[in-house]
Amino acid sequence: MIEIILEVVVSGLLMGGIYALIAMGFSLQYGVARVLNISHGEFIMLGAFITWAMYTVFGINPLVSLAIVGPVIFIIGFLIHRTVFTRLRTSSPSPAAYEGSSMLAAFGLMFIIQNVAILIWGAEVQGYSYLTSSVNIGGVVFATNRLVATLLAIGIGLAFYIFLARSRLGKAIRAAAQDPTTAGLMGVNIKLVLTLCFGLGALLAGFGGSLISMMYSIQPAMGFQYTIIAIIVVVLGGLGSIPGSFIGGFILGLVGSIVAYWQPALSLVAYYMIFILLLLIRPKGIMGK
Amino acid sequence: MNSLRVTPKSFLLPGISLLILVLLAASPLYVPPYTIVLLTTIFMFVILTVSWVLFSGPTGYISLAPAAFFGVGIYITAMLGKDLPLLVVVGIGGLASFVLALLIGFLTLRLRGIYFAILTFGLVELIRHFLLFWETNITGTRGRIVVLVENEHVFWIMLGIFVLLMLTTYFLRRSKFGLALQSIGENEEAAAHRGINVTMVKVITFAISAFFMGAAGAIMATKWTYIDPYIAFNPLFSFLPVLMAIFGGMGQIYGPLVGSVVFAYLDEVLTTKFPYYYMLIFGVVLVVSILYMPDGLVGLIQRLWRRRWRGQHAST
Repeated sequence: MIEIILEVVVSGLLMGGIYALIAMGFSLQYGVARVLNISHGEFIMLGAFITWAMYTVFGINPLVSLAIVGPVIFIIGFLIHRTVFTRLRTSSPSPAAYEGSSMLAAFGLMFIIQNVAILIWGAEVQGYSYLTSSVNIGGVVFATNRLVATLLAIGIGLAFYIFLARSRLGKAIRAAAQDPTTAGLMGVNIKLVLTLCFGLGALLAGFGGSLISMMYSIQPAMGFQYTIIAIIVVVLGGLGSIPGSFIGGFILGLVGSIVAYWQPALSLVAYYMIFILLLLIRPKGIMGK
Repeated sequence: MNSLRVTPKSFLLPGISLLILVLLAASPLYVPPYTIVLLTTIFMFVILTVSWVLFSGPTGYISLAPAAFFGVGIYITAMLGKDLPLLVVVGIGGLASFVLALLIGFLTLRLRGIYFAILTFGLVELIRHFLLFWETNITGTRGRIVVLVENEHVFWIMLGIFVLLMLTTYFLRRSKFGLALQSIGENEEAAAHRGINVTMVKVITFAISAFFMGAAGAIMATKWTYIDPYIAFNPLFSFLPVLMAIFGGMGQIYGPLVGSVVFAYLDEVLTTKFPYYYMLIFGVVLVVSILYMPDGLVGLIQRLWRRRWRGQHAST
């Protein structure tokens, strides 16, 4: 019995690390840049496919790929925000109108990125094996790649949190999240900060994708399920709260693992149930103000 | 959103619309069967779009639930289609969606803005995954076979639903109820303070719009021989109406109408001619129309028309 509980908990925490990472990226994009980025999962997919392509074509170690995936996805995100969302923001009559139209534009981007990926890489399921040797955690056996991916996800998440909390740019980002107008009056370049935030959110998604490709098989249509997970985690943790997303990721990972143990086919249903109940009972989330 | 208010003049003249309607209703007599099928599909999208705008246009709440109501209609036909007459099934499909929308509305319409959009979207997914789980694990049969109906009958019923919808839209907007709806979209608190039962108005409108989506789904199901949760609750049926409304322009009552007719026709052409690029083009059109056509196709045409008109005057 104890072994089963341990297995469920460890597997939930291993999943939670990735969830936390992708939710932090999503939270940054919504909390600061005010884009409910439905195409978030597509950046995850891009990260996963770039890592996979570099591993299978050039034999580059996936951990090394992180250093390439990060900047590439960041630049893509940066450019998309500059061309699409900055224009939308300036032409929208109100912040609420911007939230609606940017969400719909993100839906369009989702279809574009996904289908460009299908044109490049085909629609098939792909994968590679890396660090598949097993590791024993307190009597529960897991593949090494899951442990490595989770530790990296937690590491990246913490590093990012410290960047937000301690650095000057991090301070500017937090200021822009609280009150863009006042932050602008205090000399923060709002336009640049919002674009940076969108790029950074994409970067975190790209990292998440790289790590996911180490553990699971990938395909161009994989993104959306992660977008849904990111939305649920972010609502769970409180929209815009980075620590909330981090904690929320682990909570959802645990819940998913428990439901999957009991009835695997119901894990998605359980996610949606949590999500809907949460929105109805406490839309602010656990860490929301 | 003052521009949404409808005056009798801005609506198509009753005489012309009646003539077009008669021509359309008689079309099975003089056009090939393929065109009838195409027209049926176009009217399905028109119904989804116009009924979406019926609620989301004046209130500004972005509902991503059309696929849920449409899917409920489809499932009603799949379950009852063999035993009951077609018109009754379509009515039940609409009513089932109406009731579902009442429930969803009372639960969710106190959420504002983006929360409402994500919630309605999550709801479609919840229904889909739950049905899928139910079919594979409890009943052990995935998908259902739907009885086929003659093309002309499907077309006439679809046309009937469309006429009913247009009349509802027209009279609803002219009524006190429509004004209440509009004031909610402009300022919900102010509307509540003026003594409007905000929740009731929103929920009832939401349910009326769901009725038409459900009815459209119920009749459209007969065009598909086989349905399963993936087909019936395809989230694309939530996005397409939104896209078609934006594409056409929500400023005028005929914007969504024009947008859905043009877009549904394009949709048909694109899926048959460029099946691999269809979704890509769909995404590009969505982004471009949000970015460059804030007033939609109708707004764009009006702007071009005015510019040309003014240009001619300048040269004389």
